[in-house]
Amino acid sequence: MTEEDKLKRFNICIEQDEKIEPKDWMPEQYRKTMIRQISQHAHSEVIGMQPEGNWVLRAPTLRAKKILLAKIQDEGGHGLYLYSAAETLGIDRGEMIKQLHEGKAKYSSIFNYPALTWADIGAIGWLVDGAAIVNQVSLQRTSYGPYARGMVRICKEESFHQRQGYEIMVTMMNGISEQKKMAQDAMDRWWWPALMMFGPPDGESVHTKQSMQWKIKRESNDVLRQRFIDKTVDQAHFIGLEVPDKDLKFNEATGHWETGTINWKEFHEVINGNGPCNHQRMKHHIKAHNDGKWVRDAALAFAETEKNDQKQLITN
Amino acid sequence: MDTKEALYNYCLRLGDNNLVLGQRLAEWCSNGPILEEDLAMTNLSLDHFGQAEFMYEYAAELEGKGRTCDDIAFKRNEREYFNALITEQPNGDFAFTMMKHLLFSAFAQHLYESLSLSNDKRLAELSVRALKEIKYHFRHSSEWIVRLGKGTQESAMRTQYALNELWMFTADLFEINKIDETLIGIIVDSNELFPAWKKTIETVLNTANIKIPEKVHMLKGGYNGKHTEHLGHLLCEMQYLQRAYPNAKW
Amino acid sequence: MQQQNNQLPLWEVFIQSKSGIPHKHVGSIHASDKKMALQNARDIYTRRGEGRSIWVVLSENIVSSAPGEEAEFFDPTDDKVYRHPTFYRVPDGVKHM
Repeated sequence: MTEEDKLKRFNICIEQDEKIEPKDWMPEQYRKTMIRQISQHAHSEVIGMQPEGNWVLRAPTLRAKKILLAKIQDEGGHGLYLYSAAETLGIDRGEMIKQLHEGKAKYSSIFNYPALTWADIGAIGWLVDGAAIVNQVSLQRTSYGPYARGMVRICKEESFHQRQGYEIMVTMMNGISEQKKMAQDAMDRWWWPALMMFGPPDGESVHTKQSMQWKIKRESNDVLRQRFIDKTVDQAHFIGLEVPDKDLKFNEATGHWETGTINWKEFHEVINGNGPCNHQRMKHHIKAHNDGKWVRDAALAFAETEKNDQKQLITN
Repeated sequence: MDTKEALYNYCLRLGDNNLVLGQRLAEWCSNGPILEEDLAMTNLSLDHFGQAEFMYEYAAELEGKGRTCDDIAFKRNEREYFNALITEQPNGDFAFTMMKHLLFSAFAQHLYESLSLSNDKRLAELSVRALKEIKYHFRHSSEWIVRLGKGTQESAMRTQYALNELWMFTADLFEINKIDETLIGIIVDSNELFPAWKKTIETVLNTANIKIPEKVHMLKGGYNGKHTEHLGHLLCEMQYLQRAYPNAKW
Repeated sequence: MQQQNNQLPLWEVFIQSKSGIPHKHVGSIHASDKKMALQNARDIYTRRGEGRSIWVVLSENIVSSAPGEEAEFFDPTDDKVYRHPTFYRVPDGVKHM
C-alpha cells in the first residue's frame, strides 16, 4: 500500500467515526499530537496530586481524610492509565517524565495555583474537577482508541470527585462565619483559573482546527467552557456563593450565562512558568523521581538475579 | 480499672496505631519511587484510617459519652495517645518505611489472629476484618524488603540501616500494662505473640540477607502514652483544623 | 530499552470481574517482577472491587497481528457466512433453535 492509500484509509476511518488503534498506520503529525495531548493530560493528573496532597495530613475528619486520599489516589491512577495510553504510541513513561522535567511537556496551568485553606479542597473538587469532567466526557469520543477507552474509565471513576468538592463547599456555607468566609475566598481565587482550564478562545487556539478535523477534540474550547459555566453558576448561587464576576449576567434569549472577559495575560504567564507554584510543583516532582532512583535500580537488579537463579535451577 | 474501661483504652491503642501509621503513609502521597507504588501506599494508608475509624467507633460506644470517632481521633493531647513508638517514627527513605511496615504488619497479623478468637464478639469481628487487610500489608512490605535486601549494594545498605535504627522500638510492641492485665481472658498476653513474630520476621530477613542487630537497648512506653518527640508534630499537623475552629462542623 | 532511563518494564493487565466470564484487558502497569506486577495491577485496577482474578503478562511477550496483514488474516472469513446461524432457514413454528 502506498503512503497515499494509507492516508486515504486513515481519513475514511476518521470520517466514519472508527477508532484508530496503536498498530494502525497514522500520519506522523497525528501521532505527535496524540502523544503531546495524552502526556500533557497524564502529567496534569499527576501534578494535580500535589495541591490536594498538601491538605491530606490536615483533613479535619477521618471521613474527609479517607475521601481525599482516595481521590488523590484516583488521580494517580488516571495519570497511570493515560501514561499507558501514550505508551501505545511508542514513547515510554521515562521519556515523558524527562520531557516534563525539561519543561518540554506541559501540564494543566490550574495546578500552579496554591491550595491555601481547607475550602480550596472543596473548590478544587467542585470547580477544577468539574471543569475537567466536562472536557473528559467529550473526550470519550476521541478518535484514538486507547485514549478514548482511558477516558471512559476515568469518567466513570471521576464522577464522585466533583460531588465531594461540592459537599465540602455546602458544609462550609452551612457552617460558622469563618467557614463561609473561607469558602467564598476559595471561590474567588479558583473561579477564573477554572474557566481558563478549557484553553484559549476558539479564535486563538493553535491546535484546535487540526485536532477537530482528526476528531481528537470533539468540541471546541468555548463550547465546553460555556457548558461548564452554565452548570456551575447555578450550583454556586444555590448555596449562596457569589461568582467573582461583576459582568456576569443571564441571557434570556440564548439561555446562557455570559461572563466578563477572562484575563488571558495571566493564563499565558502561568503557562510560561510564572504562576505562583510552577517552580515548587516541578521541584517536588523531580525530587520524588530522583529520590526513587535507587529503589527502581534495586528492583531491576533483583529481578535480574531472580531470572538468573531460575535459569540455574532449570539447567541443574 | 474495670473491664469496660480497659477495653475502651485497648481500642484506643489499636486505633491509635492505625491512625498514626495511616498519617505517616499519607506523607508518601505524590512522593513514591514509582507512580504504581504511590497508589499502593495510598491503599495501605486508607486501610489504616479505616481500621482506626472502626476501632474508635467501638471505643466511643464503650465510653458511652456520646463522643464521635473524630472527637477521639482529633481531640486528645500527646500523652493521651497509646500507639506503639515504632508507628510514629518518621518515614525516612523508602527502605525505612517498608521496614517499619514489615515489623508492624507481622506483629499486627499475629495480634489480629489471636484477637479474632476473642470472646469479646465485637473485637473479634473487627479483628477478622483488619486481618484481611494486614495480611496484604505484610505481603507488600516483606516482598519489598527482599527486593531491596537483594537488590543493589546501596539498597541492601539502606535496608540494613533501617532495621538497625528501628529494632530498638520492637520490644515496645509486646509491652503489657494494667490494661492488658485487666483484659486477661479477652485478649492474649502480647508476650505470647513474640516467638511467632520473631520467626516470621527472621524468615523474611534471612531471605533478604538482612541481619538483626545485637545488643540493642530497647525503648518502650507507647502504650502508656510516653512517646518520642515525633508524635507531637504529627498530631499538631493532623489536629490543626479541629483545634483552630473548635466550634466548626466539617 | 525501558531500563536505560531506569523505568521498570511494562506489563499488560487482564481482569476477570466475575466467575464464568473471560478475563478482559484493562490497561497496563510498570513492575520489575511478577509479584510486583500482580500487586500493582491489584492496587491500580481493582480499587473499586472490579476484580476476582488478575492476569499479568510482560507486554513484550504479546504477539500481535500486524495491520498490514489484516487483509490476509481476516478477509477470508468474510465470505464464510455459513458459519453464522442466521445463514440458515428454519421452518416457521420451530422454536428454541
